[in-house]
Amino acid sequence: MKTLSLSILLLAFSLGVAAEENIELQQANFDPENRGSIVQGAKSFVKYCLGCHSIKHIRYQRIAQDFGIDEMKVLTEVAPQGATIYEQMHTAMNAHDSEKWFGIQPPDLSLVARSRSADWLYTYLKSFYTDRTKPLGTNNLLFKDVGMPNVFWQLQGEQKASYIEDDGQQVIEKLVVDVPGTLSEEQFDTLINDLVNFLVYVGEPVKMERERLGKYILFFLLMFLVIAYLLKKEYWKDVH
Amino acid sequence: MKTRITACGNWFLERFPLTKLWNDHMAHYYAPKNFNFWYFFGSLALLVLVNQFITGILLTMNYKPDAKLAFDSVEYIMRDVNWGWLIRYMHSTGASAFFIVIYLHMFRGLIYGSYKQPRELIWIFGMLLFLALMAEAFMGYLLPWGQMSYWGAQVIISLFSAIPFIGDDLSLWIRGDYVVSDATLNRFFAFHVIAVPLVLVMLVFLHIVALHEVGSNNPDGIEIKKIKNKDGIPLDGIPFHPYYTVKDIFGVGVFLIFFATVIFYMPEVGGFFLEADNFIPADPLKTPEHIAPLWYFTPYYAILRAVPDKFAGVIAMFGSIAVLFILPWLDRSPVKSIRYRGAIFKRALFLFVISFFALGYLGTQPATPSATMVARFFTLIYFGFFLLMPIYTRWEKPKPVPKRLTQLSTLDDFIPTLKATLDEVTVKDDHGYTLFGSTEFRRKPNPQGIRNVLIRLAKNLKASLD
Repeated sequence: MKTLSLSILLLAFSLGVAAEENIELQQANFDPENRGSIVQGAKSFVKYCLGCHSIKHIRYQRIAQDFGIDEMKVLTEVAPQGATIYEQMHTAMNAHDSEKWFGIQPPDLSLVARSRSADWLYTYLKSFYTDRTKPLGTNNLLFKDVGMPNVFWQLQGEQKASYIEDDGQQVIEKLVVDVPGTLSEEQFDTLINDLVNFLVYVGEPVKMERERLGKYILFFLLMFLVIAYLLKKEYWKDVH
Repeated sequence: MKTRITACGNWFLERFPLTKLWNDHMAHYYAPKNFNFWYFFGSLALLVLVNQFITGILLTMNYKPDAKLAFDSVEYIMRDVNWGWLIRYMHSTGASAFFIVIYLHMFRGLIYGSYKQPRELIWIFGMLLFLALMAEAFMGYLLPWGQMSYWGAQVIISLFSAIPFIGDDLSLWIRGDYVVSDATLNRFFAFHVIAVPLVLVMLVFLHIVALHEVGSNNPDGIEIKKIKNKDGIPLDGIPFHPYYTVKDIFGVGVFLIFFATVIFYMPEVGGFFLEADNFIPADPLKTPEHIAPLWYFTPYYAILRAVPDKFAGVIAMFGSIAVLFILPWLDRSPVKSIRYRGAIFKRALFLFVISFFALGYLGTQPATPSATMVARFFTLIYFGFFLLMPIYTRWEKPKPVPKRLTQLSTLDDFIPTLKATLDEVTVKDDHGYTLFGSTEFRRKPNPQGIRNVLIRLAKNLKASLD
């Protein structure tokens, strides 16, 4: 948890630049060590996101390896039908079609957690609201006029913007639930947190490994330092 | 067998002056015996250079210098190459560590007057090294082909177009295209992996040869060669090997602990070592909202933006580096070390350090009008420190310089002071947590004590400026 808060702090530090709209980010709440949550996030990703977004820098095999899941199980439970274990997580949608449909090719999300931060993703995914002026009927509070529709509208329900008057202009104050969805607020929150957790993992799959190794390296270096200090002291005792 | 090896060794030594080289530069190179903390950074710079070479060579084995493949090949190294992530983090952290070490190394030169006669040439070689290092870092930063790589290079190369008459052609010539493109990436790769490293190695060689010709300076700024014993060995000198080799190994240990902490626990360092925007592949059609160079260039970037005219800004930016070259001739004080210099220099240096950090911070921030005003103020201080130096160093009243080196306090001497300070800032707490089951460690912070220590630190700082 400490490393999580540290990394969130660091990410938040480096953010600011990335946010298109100046709204305060909500805090994602997940445990990066919770393997169940990450694997659940992987399943949700394949179900809701992989249709449009690739994460081409990770292979199904890596997921099996990192979480100690049987490769066959990953193929049947996580990967879409027909995928092989060595395959990277490519989307089935081709660039030509997507540009016609959304005006832009949906970006690859391998590194989105590192460029945007976990909190940004969490806030973004929860900030869609109904906006009839948009071609796909939704807009986003954090990423104005984004080309992406709200893929969770059935689960989350529909949110609408509540406006207040500010300097003679209509400003969105907050989002309120208009039509309730099939998931409770808590269930939906878990779904989003799992997804964000998975994307954070995908951003740097080696993170767990490096933090595990770091302890041994630092311990070794401390021992090295003690010996180096004693050696220096021994050599220098005749210098006055 | 043993005699055969000896015979082989002798065959070699009769044809190559290995013994002489070893003695001249290690075993019989006499260094002042009072090198302190600041003298670790020369050998650490060498260590980081070697680290960059080894990790760099390993990275080129999987990196693809091609605009279409570069970004993905870096991620391939991070994920699919065995230990690739470690090599890459060692290289990216090494780049920032290089600048930290070099800045501290240069600051050492500044406070102990190591640039002064007879060491002007060492300083000049060092400054050329610094220039080469900046070129190396700038070109290396393009290679991951992220958004910041791309737009940072775009901004910096376009600066050359501000030069009258030849500017546009010059920047076109540097890029090899009208915008930063595959052609730019390829040539920067060539410069980064072979041309500039060769220059660096040659300059390091010259830097060290020049140093060993005149001998090292020391925290007292006294020439130890003036007082020698009957064998011609400086009385205050000790052989570099083994004394400073073992001491530097200790320095390496401390450095590696910091280095490893960054690599294993915070490789991005909050966007200072690896910027968040650089995890987005370069997109020539989409300019990031806020383009900032990596932290080690931000002071000069702030100076560039502080000047209203673009060409004048470019001159000021390069001038801020160029002025360092003539430092040995700007300083007119007869005394080298800050220990014996007058108050004026100490205060000027203090202001310079503040302005350097302030400019460094401002360079990371968007250039709002008020930020630009502050940057102008600190730019004036930055240049004032150097350009007014011939005047204020002549006014300064140095303290008498001793004939022999003063004693160096060792780490052991600090332990009682450290313990006393710890006792002062903490109070025993019987309800707190225990560490190793010892009550000695049951402590909690003491606000009054911390305040006292801080006040004392401030007073010491003020006193040291007089």
